[in-house]
Amino acid sequence: MEQKGRPFKTILFGFAFSPSLEINILETSRIAHFFNAKLMLLHVGEKSNKKATKINTILNKREHKSQDMELLWKNGDPFDIILETCENTGVDLLILGAQQHENIYQFYVGSIARKLTRKVYCSVLLLIKPSSIRVPCQHVVVNGLEDEDTPLAIANAFYVASAFGAKQITIVEEIRQKELHVTVEDDRSLKKATLLREKLKNREGSRIRKILKSIPKNLSEDIKVNSQPIFGKRGYSIGHFAEVVRADLLVMNAPKKTGLLDRIFPHDIEYILSDLPTDLLIIRNQN
Amino acid sequence: MNEKTNHTKAFVKDLPKNIFSGFVVSLIALPLGLGLAIASDAPPISGIIAAVVGGTVVSILGGSNVTITGPGNGLVIVLLSAITTLGGGNLYQGYLFTLAAIVVSGVLMLLLGFLKMGRLADFFPASAIEGMLAAIGWGIFAKQFHIMIGNNDEKGSIIQLLGNIPRGLFSLFQEASITELVAALIGIISLLIMIFYSKIRNQYFQLIPAPMWILILTIGFSYVFMWLNEPYPMEASYLISIPDNVLSNLAFPDFSIIGHKSFILTVFAITLIASIESLLSIKAVDKLDPQSRRSNVNRDLKALGLATSLSGLVGGLNVVTVIARSSVNVNNKASNRSANFFHAAFLVLFILLFQEQLRKIPLAALAAILVYTGYKLATPRTFRKIAKIGKEQIVIFLTTLVTTLFTNLITGISVGILATLLIHMVINKSALLFLGNLFKPNVLLYQESDGGNYYLSVKYFCSFLNFYKVKNKLDAVQENENIIIDFSMCSFVDHTVMEGLENYMDTFKKKGGCIEIIGLDKHDADSKHPFAIRKILPLNPLKPIGEFFTRRQSHLEEVAKEYHWSYLANKNTKTSLLDDFIFFDSRNINYFYNKLVDKSRSFAVLDVEFTEGEFIAREVVKTTIMRIQLHKEIPVFTLDKEGLLERIYKLAGFKDIDIANHHNFNRHFYLSGEKPDQIRKLFADDLILFLESNPYYHIESNGEALLILKKERLLSVQEIKAMIYFGQQLQRLLS
Repeated sequence: MEQKGRPFKTILFGFAFSPSLEINILETSRIAHFFNAKLMLLHVGEKSNKKATKINTILNKREHKSQDMELLWKNGDPFDIILETCENTGVDLLILGAQQHENIYQFYVGSIARKLTRKVYCSVLLLIKPSSIRVPCQHVVVNGLEDEDTPLAIANAFYVASAFGAKQITIVEEIRQKELHVTVEDDRSLKKATLLREKLKNREGSRIRKILKSIPKNLSEDIKVNSQPIFGKRGYSIGHFAEVVRADLLVMNAPKKTGLLDRIFPHDIEYILSDLPTDLLIIRNQN
Repeated sequence: MNEKTNHTKAFVKDLPKNIFSGFVVSLIALPLGLGLAIASDAPPISGIIAAVVGGTVVSILGGSNVTITGPGNGLVIVLLSAITTLGGGNLYQGYLFTLAAIVVSGVLMLLLGFLKMGRLADFFPASAIEGMLAAIGWGIFAKQFHIMIGNNDEKGSIIQLLGNIPRGLFSLFQEASITELVAALIGIISLLIMIFYSKIRNQYFQLIPAPMWILILTIGFSYVFMWLNEPYPMEASYLISIPDNVLSNLAFPDFSIIGHKSFILTVFAITLIASIESLLSIKAVDKLDPQSRRSNVNRDLKALGLATSLSGLVGGLNVVTVIARSSVNVNNKASNRSANFFHAAFLVLFILLFQEQLRKIPLAALAAILVYTGYKLATPRTFRKIAKIGKEQIVIFLTTLVTTLFTNLITGISVGILATLLIHMVINKSALLFLGNLFKPNVLLYQESDGGNYYLSVKYFCSFLNFYKVKNKLDAVQENENIIIDFSMCSFVDHTVMEGLENYMDTFKKKGGCIEIIGLDKHDADSKHPFAIRKILPLNPLKPIGEFFTRRQSHLEEVAKEYHWSYLANKNTKTSLLDDFIFFDSRNINYFYNKLVDKSRSFAVLDVEFTEGEFIAREVVKTTIMRIQLHKEIPVFTLDKEGLLERIYKLAGFKDIDIANHHNFNRHFYLSGEKPDQIRKLFADDLILFLESNPYYHIESNGEALLILKKERLLSVQEIKAMIYFGQQLQRLLS
């Protein structure tokens, strides 16, 4: 795992004119400022004077007006255009506004935001509660599942937490029933399962500690780190957990495969996307 | 090795108890086995075969401890209709076809066991199952009542049979023969024995179970005639028939209609009812077990399947786990499966030694035993019990009952499930709540990092449809742990779940653990029954709390009584007494409720609902806090320990105050306030020692009162008691 100094150098925000446009832009601009990154605002659709004036009034309300920013206007299918721009301009982070609850129709057909989340090749930040004034981010929850991308996700979580000034990170290890290899049927199998679970917990704990050692000191200094094993459905229960502890940001690995079949039989990230508990940052390894 | 010899020793030591218990059970199993077989229109011996095969196979291979297996009540209706319909009128041929169905259904049960479908019974709504059992009860009652009053030839559907009861009684007095009258007399006296048996408090009389008294008395009655040299006034058709040589007269199944639709339906029905009856009984018996062991239901299911197949192959009925005989077994201090084996062994002995006597048993006497059993399944008390839980439950119950009576068990239970689902949708005014969230994993379990309590949160809805998910999680926790189940993110909890959780609470309590439910206080209920449905309707969020208490609320009320405090469940919006605490500085308190307050009004424990992050995403949080009024003024401070709350609260602009010579305290606690000197003076050695050696709480003072809180969620009653104790100690130290 390599932790670059600045994982997010270029940020793309794709937008359309909606009631929440203003707060979305203000929030995005603030995030770009925290990451010390270049912000690209991409509007898909006809450019008109009216729209341009509106955007400019919004941009003038920003807290950090001196930041490196570019405004793009492109025509075409939003999904394709954003995907294309991401690839061509070497964007590190795509920011999208999303609805908290997806209804069944949208879940299967897919809103553009969610479709992009599945297809795009960079990391994605889904905003569900943007705000015009700054709301301090206090608590970041990150997944700790056994996966080659997890160290990167955790490292990024620390980077983001320290950039946002969050005070607490909880690393969640999801322990799956399947991994226990014991079905609890009676007292004896229960005892066995409990022992095994303790063992798994310790194993996971030491794995996490190893990852934590590689986090640069300057990032982890002021942050309190918890690790919490939970029992539930992988990839989903972490969202439930984030909701229970009222986390401000959830950081997760990117899903490995996402076909139609995965959406009919949802797993991992699909569940979270269908019912976003909080702002969600999906880290994709671009190497 | 040592463990093994210990095990053997214990087994040998318990053997006399188990032999005795097996003997007592066999005294009931004999008349019931004969009776249930006759009630199914099968040869009487088939019931005994089922008990013998079941007792042997399941005691060797089963996974439960003190259950008794044999022919069951639930199957009577299914088998009766199978025997009458499959044979097309020829009862004996129908019996042979049914045997084949029994063999096949045994194989299916075996498969269910291998597929670990011990969860099967979890998918049925509790009230629908009650309705089904009541229908079975009425079915047995309707048919057997006629036999009890000496009328062996009454035929028809359950409804017709029930309707014919007055006519049957009438004709008994009008046109009955002597034989019929004697049979009726025996029947009615037997019924009276069944009814009044439990009222007679004589320990010698109670040694023999009621059904056995009936057999002994009726057999004795026939001997009286023999001594008097009078002919017995009962013809062979009014007595049970047992073949002269049981072993050489075994019936064997006829598989020739195995592909027919009616055969397949019969197999399906038998398997379903047998599995449900067994699974429910196993669970119920586990609750009775004084050692509260947990049965391995899947293993038991496999053993029952094998036993059923074997029993069917030699002419016996289904083998299921039976609750009534099992509870007799437990009451007679059986401690392991060997009791089941001995019950089978004694049955064999009875059949071999007392063949002649058994042939003297009148059908009417057995019918009386069954009439009583049937009635027990559907007493008026059952109806009242269900009506108390809620209007919707009685609708589900009656729908299932009536449908089953007019059609069959499978249709009945299906309609019951459908009705439950529809009623849930109507109550919630939403089908989407169920359909949209059915397959989403909605249960989260984790062990809280401090204190080690398990916390289980349920989202969306929790009903019979997805209760198994909660059960899976609960099953994986050892019963001596504490679990807090939080339903605050769940908008609907049904009766099946509440009843199921109650069972878990009992088991945990027995083994030294504890389950508490929180987050239901705001849910609406229609009755004060603890198992009533709880729902949140988005349309009327302003309903008063405390119309019908939740379990937590009634426990709080008990705590108040215990401490001589007072308890107020109602919402109260006068929150000014909390306003000047730093914790509530940036939060907007909506109201508090479930208030516990002592007589001097210095201690108060409240559930507070507040919103966090005004304007942005209004997050509603509920938490339990304690407020302590102090008798003297102290400096304003906040004291926090890292990791205690999800967010760390400090007085803005003030630094962590270090106390001299208490490095450990300084390292773990954040102490801040406006006047460091005064605060240092307040935090004397004994206070610091107290704080370090007790569980951690967030504590802050506003100058004249203290605010204590443990977690940003509602606390369980146990946790509240601990908090009160802590608060009282703290107040003593500070005043």
